[in-house]
Amino acid sequence: MTESNQHPLSPEKLAAELADQAVSAQEVAPSGEPDAVSPAVAPEVPSAAVQSVDHGVQVPLASGGLSAPITTTPRLASKADVLDDIAGHAPAVIELPPGKHLLDVADLRVAYPQKGMFAKPVEILHGVSIAVEEGRTMGLVGESGCGKTTLGRAVLGLAPITGGTVTFDGKDIAHAGRGERRKLSRDIQVVFQDPYTSLNPSMTIGDILSEPLGIQGISGADARKRVRDLVDRVKLPSDSMDRLPREFSGGQRQRVAIARALALQPRLIVCDEPVSALDLSTQARVLDLFLEIQQTLGVSYLFVSHDLDVIRHVSHRVAVMFKGEIVEQGLAEKVTEHPEHPYTQRLLLASPVPDPDKQAQRRTERRAHTAAMAAAAAAAAA
Amino acid sequence: MSDVEVVPTAPAVGQSGTVKRAGVVGRLLKNPMGVIAIVILVVIVASAVFAEFLAPMDPTRATNTVLAGPGGANILGTDSNGRDILSRLFFGAQGTLVSAALAAGVAIGIGLPAGLLAGYYGSWFDSLSSWATNILMALPNMIVLLAVRAVVGPSIPITMMIFGIMVSPGFFRLVRTATQSVRNELYVDAARVAGLSDFRIMARHIFGVVRAPVIIQAAMVCGIAISFQSALEFLGLGDPSASTWGVMINDGFRSIYRQPLALLWPTLAISFTIGGFVLLGNALRDALEDQVKVKEKVAAATTSAVITEVVKTPTTHLLEVADLRIQYPQPGGGRKTVVDGVSWYVDRDEVLGIVGESGSGKSQSAFAVLGLLPDNALVTSGQIIFDGHQTVDTRSQRINQSILSELRGKRISYIPQEPMSNLDPSFTIGSQLVRPMVKTLKISDSEAEKRAMDLLAAVGIKDPRRTFQSYPHQVSGGMAQRVLIAGAISCEPDLIIADEPTTALDVTVQAEVLDVIRELQRELHQGIILVTHNFGVVADICDRVAVMQNGRIVEQGDVRSILRTPQDPYTQMLLESMLVGKTPMTKLITQESMGGLQ
Repeated sequence: MTESNQHPLSPEKLAAELADQAVSAQEVAPSGEPDAVSPAVAPEVPSAAVQSVDHGVQVPLASGGLSAPITTTPRLASKADVLDDIAGHAPAVIELPPGKHLLDVADLRVAYPQKGMFAKPVEILHGVSIAVEEGRTMGLVGESGCGKTTLGRAVLGLAPITGGTVTFDGKDIAHAGRGERRKLSRDIQVVFQDPYTSLNPSMTIGDILSEPLGIQGISGADARKRVRDLVDRVKLPSDSMDRLPREFSGGQRQRVAIARALALQPRLIVCDEPVSALDLSTQARVLDLFLEIQQTLGVSYLFVSHDLDVIRHVSHRVAVMFKGEIVEQGLAEKVTEHPEHPYTQRLLLASPVPDPDKQAQRRTERRAHTAAMAAAAAAAAA
Repeated sequence: MSDVEVVPTAPAVGQSGTVKRAGVVGRLLKNPMGVIAIVILVVIVASAVFAEFLAPMDPTRATNTVLAGPGGANILGTDSNGRDILSRLFFGAQGTLVSAALAAGVAIGIGLPAGLLAGYYGSWFDSLSSWATNILMALPNMIVLLAVRAVVGPSIPITMMIFGIMVSPGFFRLVRTATQSVRNELYVDAARVAGLSDFRIMARHIFGVVRAPVIIQAAMVCGIAISFQSALEFLGLGDPSASTWGVMINDGFRSIYRQPLALLWPTLAISFTIGGFVLLGNALRDALEDQVKVKEKVAAATTSAVITEVVKTPTTHLLEVADLRIQYPQPGGGRKTVVDGVSWYVDRDEVLGIVGESGSGKSQSAFAVLGLLPDNALVTSGQIIFDGHQTVDTRSQRINQSILSELRGKRISYIPQEPMSNLDPSFTIGSQLVRPMVKTLKISDSEAEKRAMDLLAAVGIKDPRRTFQSYPHQVSGGMAQRVLIAGAISCEPDLIIADEPTTALDVTVQAEVLDVIRELQRELHQGIILVTHNFGVVADICDRVAVMQNGRIVEQGDVRSILRTPQDPYTQMLLESMLVGKTPMTKLITQESMGGLQ
């Protein structure tokens, strides 16, 4: 704290430096702070970092402590649109995993047709690339309307793909037909957000779980045994089979949805906000279950959530989505703890921590970041 | 590992009572209307099926005793050809029911599959079939049926099939709308991901949803078909030799002055049958809607609960809630307790956080302060004292609305969870801000408008004039929540109740909205009650916290002591479930934290 105060990071100074575009990242970053990992000087991804600085909107994030005594933050002003503008223009910080991937999404575009004869389709994803490794979790985080759910649905074949490729295990499945999809359903499965509408209210749990098995020609005693195993694996009461979804709590329903996804022993599960409708303690238990399943079965997850804390907890790698584009992608710890892209930084600083003093500190950091961004925007406009 | 999510068995304290539900058939049989309808239809179907055995005579055998009155050998008399009326009624039921079934069958046979396909696939088939149904609906039924009769002759089956086609658009539209709404349900998506064919998705997942409305509609169509068929026959367009009710009416009408009773019997039969179908349709609809709200009469309410007398305890707090208990009467008798003796207070210049998981009763206790509990809620004990005003009416076990309406909006205001649904889409934001101020503060429109502009600026809206003139759908969720905050502070309240004010918002917007609430509270020195499930929000803004579980407060105190050194095992477990600061990829719920709860 004391060290960092020797280098006050005022928004004016920052803006000036950012506008200048020639200043090295080291000077901007709060030096002297031993544990302050300034992302702008992170050596792992030199090209991306340098590129960011070159464009002049990179805002270093003081991760170690309260290092920016900002006094000029205009009170209460909403700068969301200005910030969105800036964040949208900052270059993406992308680092794809090396080697072979289970799922490769490259330059994917999705556009929904509009009502009316001559209406133009609305493009939701503008060329998105992510990769999911075998047995690992790719976390996809972003705010409402950014297109993260659409990306998951596109992988599942539930969204109209207008460009790019989706490669699963070496095969392009972007335009797979019904028959191919049925074969793929053995490998790719889904857990949806809302456990209340993702289970047919008039079917028993046993029917729900055996339905996908029936499609693949597994029935009778085999299917019953498999369903019993699934119920055990997701830790549902053993008498669940003959009961209806409405007899279960939200957390238990989500366990049923997970069991249904596991029924065909898939290699990839798309998890679309699977815990955001759940209470805190239920969320913790369901996340524990997700992790346990991955550790025992080696399944990969494409885990979509708006909650950076959830994403950090379950992911090996993380992609951050903003307005239909990936703005940052890399190892989970780096993206969620020391983000480089201004939008990811804003996302991190906005998620509150459950301690009043630490939260007050994060609040101050957030305001400093906001001010710096606004100043950068002003400088860019000038 | 034992699972805490398992639906809890009723605890000795805290929330109690379960929600009871009966099956559709059970509800239908409980409804007197349904029972009457079923009895009527069973009698008529039985008389049609067993006409051979029930009819005392041959319905077509003419005798010399024409137009005999009731009694004697012919129980209901004879018609103008000397045929036995009772026997003709039994056999007439056959023709009538077959006609109704034909019409409904044809209508369903066309409308159901077409509606399913159009609703599920949309595109060209939807457009085409919608065109076709629009044309069918534009045609006048009776005239088409008369034309058909002129072409094919007096054949009731053909006429009824044509009638079925004429009414099929009703089924088509019903099924199409229902299918479209289920089409986008997540469980249909899940079925597609599981690899089910479209046919199986329709058969297993969608048909179940459209089944009930189709059955209800079919009952109605049967009634209408019978009336059309009888009308045609009454006009003399049926087969005069057939023994059907319509032909009987025609015959009876022609001899109405000589034997008026001959007209009465078939008319009664038709009326009862149509009435039976209509009643059955209504009873089915009621049974399927499943919305029985039980309201206990206050007089009937058992007064076993000790009613606390109105005691004006001198309290220095802005708001004090003491021993509050809220219960709901249950359909099968008994009551469900949702808030069980909670006590808390809030002072000026202070933010009290009420934290808990869903169903803990946290919102219910806040709504009790606002007097916004549902009609059937009972406040069976406790006090709510706002600045010296006791708002619980212990005699009626309800919130005293006359006391509260003086306070609500003026001294107590509310920030809701869903900003969008709390703004009326048909009025501008400006008018929704100005009206309450004009009413409450008794200021002029122009003054109120100026004040509204200032308020919008105060909550951080950059262009107040534009927002003032906008309609709610033209602003974002975060902006709408700022507008509601502006509205909540517009009449300078002493207390603000915020029910999950940021839950529906993105985190970046949440941070800004919390900033707005915090700054305004510091400036205006209000007391705030913030209901939330998020400990991060609590840490950000609250001074004191009350943690609720199953309708009870398990722990309350200063925010730092609760968040850092929670004493109650439930609070400990909740904080344990937080993801911040946890090592990624490790178990969140350990045996120890579970053990504390057992």
